[in-house]
Amino acid sequence: MTALAHREQAATALTGTGELARLAIRRDRIALPAAVYVIIALVAGTAYTFKKLYPTASGRAALAATGGGNAALRFLYGQVYGSSLGSLTTWRYGIWAAIFASLMTIFVVVRHTRTDEEAGRLELVGSTVVGRDAGLAAALLTAIAPSLTICVLLGLALPFVGLPVTGSVGLALAVACCALAYTGITAVAAQLTSSARSGRGIAIGVLGAAFVLRGIGDAAGASGPSWLSWASPLGWVELTRPFDAPRWWVLALPLATFALGVALAFALAARRDLGAGLLPDRPGRATASRLLSGPLGLAWRLERGTLLGWATGYAFTFAASGAAAKGVGQLFGTSSALQREFTRLGGQAAITNAYLAALMLLAGLVAAAYATATILRLRSDETGERAEPVLATATGRVRWALSYIAVAVIGAAALLAVAGLAAGLGYGLRVGQAGHEVAVLLGAAFAQLPAALALAAVTVLLFGWWPRAAVPGAWTVVGLAVLIELFGQVLQLSHWVLDISPFTHSPRLPGGTVAVAPLLWLGLAVLAFSVVGLAALRRRDIG
Amino acid sequence: MANAIEIRALHKSFGRTAALDGLDLTVRTGEVHAFLGPNGAGKTTTIRILLGLLKKDSGEASLLGGDPWHDAVSLHRALAYVPGDVTLWPGLTGGEIIDLLGRLRGGLDPKRAQALIERFALDPAKKARAYSRGNRQKVALIAALASDAELLLLDEPTSGLDPLMEATFRECINDERQAGRTVLLSSHILAEAEALSDRVTIIRDGRAVETGTLAQMRHLTRNLIAAELAAPVSLDDLAGVHDLDVTGDRVRCQVDRAALNDVLGRLTAAGVRSLECRPPTLEELFLRHYSPERSSAGVPE
Repeated sequence: MTALAHREQAATALTGTGELARLAIRRDRIALPAAVYVIIALVAGTAYTFKKLYPTASGRAALAATGGGNAALRFLYGQVYGSSLGSLTTWRYGIWAAIFASLMTIFVVVRHTRTDEEAGRLELVGSTVVGRDAGLAAALLTAIAPSLTICVLLGLALPFVGLPVTGSVGLALAVACCALAYTGITAVAAQLTSSARSGRGIAIGVLGAAFVLRGIGDAAGASGPSWLSWASPLGWVELTRPFDAPRWWVLALPLATFALGVALAFALAARRDLGAGLLPDRPGRATASRLLSGPLGLAWRLERGTLLGWATGYAFTFAASGAAAKGVGQLFGTSSALQREFTRLGGQAAITNAYLAALMLLAGLVAAAYATATILRLRSDETGERAEPVLATATGRVRWALSYIAVAVIGAAALLAVAGLAAGLGYGLRVGQAGHEVAVLLGAAFAQLPAALALAAVTVLLFGWWPRAAVPGAWTVVGLAVLIELFGQVLQLSHWVLDISPFTHSPRLPGGTVAVAPLLWLGLAVLAFSVVGLAALRRRDIG
Repeated sequence: MANAIEIRALHKSFGRTAALDGLDLTVRTGEVHAFLGPNGAGKTTTIRILLGLLKKDSGEASLLGGDPWHDAVSLHRALAYVPGDVTLWPGLTGGEIIDLLGRLRGGLDPKRAQALIERFALDPAKKARAYSRGNRQKVALIAALASDAELLLLDEPTSGLDPLMEATFRECINDERQAGRTVLLSSHILAEAEALSDRVTIIRDGRAVETGTLAQMRHLTRNLIAAELAAPVSLDDLAGVHDLDVTGDRVRCQVDRAALNDVLGRLTAAGVRSLECRPPTLEELFLRHYSPERSSAGVPE
């Protein structure tokens, strides 16, 4: 009788969802609060900054006119629906907050569905008293929880900064609903392929397509295909117009997407076997190509897809950002505090240069993050026991490590080349001197390479010297550099702190001067860190 | 070079846990040597030291006449390794991985690889993520067997294979023996060691407790006796009789070789109806060395 009772208890497909969701949230207890915090700080911080920089209605109206009048800025940030503090905050960070929140849910859903399945963890869990749908349901709950948290906290934080309550709630709902829409979309994507990486790729691809669709729709204006913005979940965020005669019914679109996606995902999951995807696994080559014959060939083969993804992102972002540089001076020109500051700096030309230099700095920081992630693959190969079969062959440790380091260095350089080229074309074509601007911005982008490599070299040092600390340590160093570069000036940190970041020693181009000595020092640091790290790698235990 | 592997008084600790505690191991050139022990006994740690992945704390280790730590790269040209838990790159196909590992080792014979792929019935065009555990193991085995390495280091190579493939594996190892290659085969599957190995080393808690051919080891161990007698018999007073179990006219016990004659004398005096007397299987040897009262808790690998 008791056995039967147990069996009846276990009969629902959702049994165990609560336990699995608690486990998933525990596994993400650091990453999720951090993501929520960053998104809220971004939006509330922007609202606060706008309030300080544009205290007058005329100043805000001018910003709205410039922002709304520049097609490239509309592509990047969306339509401007009004000149209130709330409208401008929505314009500047509404879509981007939705992008970050959606990326968060994409990573969460894939991590707790397909990644677990691929690793065989779901199989282990599935053999216990856990329903067939519990894994997917738990992953959805784990993505919904931070989305709702963002909604509540953002709705509370924005009125605190001084925005109207209704609009604040509207913006918070729009951002959270977009994240929910991508929760549904990712749930489907995770069913399609047998690999977590491709599932995540599909979801991020849909997000990228949504960005471009609404970008084109917004940039085109009333005369063009503005309906494209309606075809994009990211477009729905701005189309809700939370601070300008809100259209609450627009929120039904992301919610319907979420509901459809979840229903479809459960239906698909019920129709497939554990571990299988719906898209067939294409057979590959039965023999290795000539390229795949050494550690470098292997690293290239494993990393080329990732690099291509980063390069595509770079090309779009920097082409659009470069195109936005024309007229960027007017954007700040009407804020009297900023006007004084910029006049001191040298007027319109100097503002354009400062903007482009900031773009190139951003390209450098992100390239450093790329190089760090690539070098950390050494560590994940070591702990995942993929390094062992390679190191058991006639491949020395240094040669093995250099394979990923080479991909990281070449990849970072390629990304900076794409940034310089795309920004140069984007800006140059609009001002009618593409050749000149491409040359200038390529130089400016490459000037960031030594600093980016310096951060990567710290990763090599950590990996060799203190492998257990390599992953958290390397990301802490990158995070510190980002914080110092983005907020160091605003927070008026002492130059001792600013000097920690290698990017402080990079030339600010275009517009700045090139000092050779700091670049040489950076180069020496790269060399020294790498040599010490590799020497330590030769002396320590692997695994 | 008489010995492919020579290890003397090898020590290796991870923090406070001693994984290897004075291990001795000698593998002669051209032999198949089984390295037996329960999980956590230190088998994988030993192999990782031989591969130069881990640095020994103290003791001597030589591999093909070289130092496994300092000469790692050049030694690796002459050996092939199959890890116990085969992790492959999920996006690469089995065929690509076999070729890649062969090339990293300094070249492989494509015809031989092809023959092995057919022999093990592996689909080389499948991505590694789609392989089962056994198929992943086949990929690593084929890559190792297709090389012309002098020495094969196999860490529990059949733990994921089905019985049919296990038989194929045994054939392959016998071929390797014929070809004069040296094989170190770590295992906790006793039938495998019994079927394949020339000599055996048993390791427990990071130390070799016994080494030799199976014949030599039986020599050192007790015989199992089970008899049905005409009249009850008393064996309690004899030295060298263990685990005695007398139920009516049935007797079961383990007997040291020295006591065998005395025991048989008493049995025949009482009148034997049936008698079974045999050397222990490797399983029983194992139980004797790893029985709970004899071994403390295993050291995690």
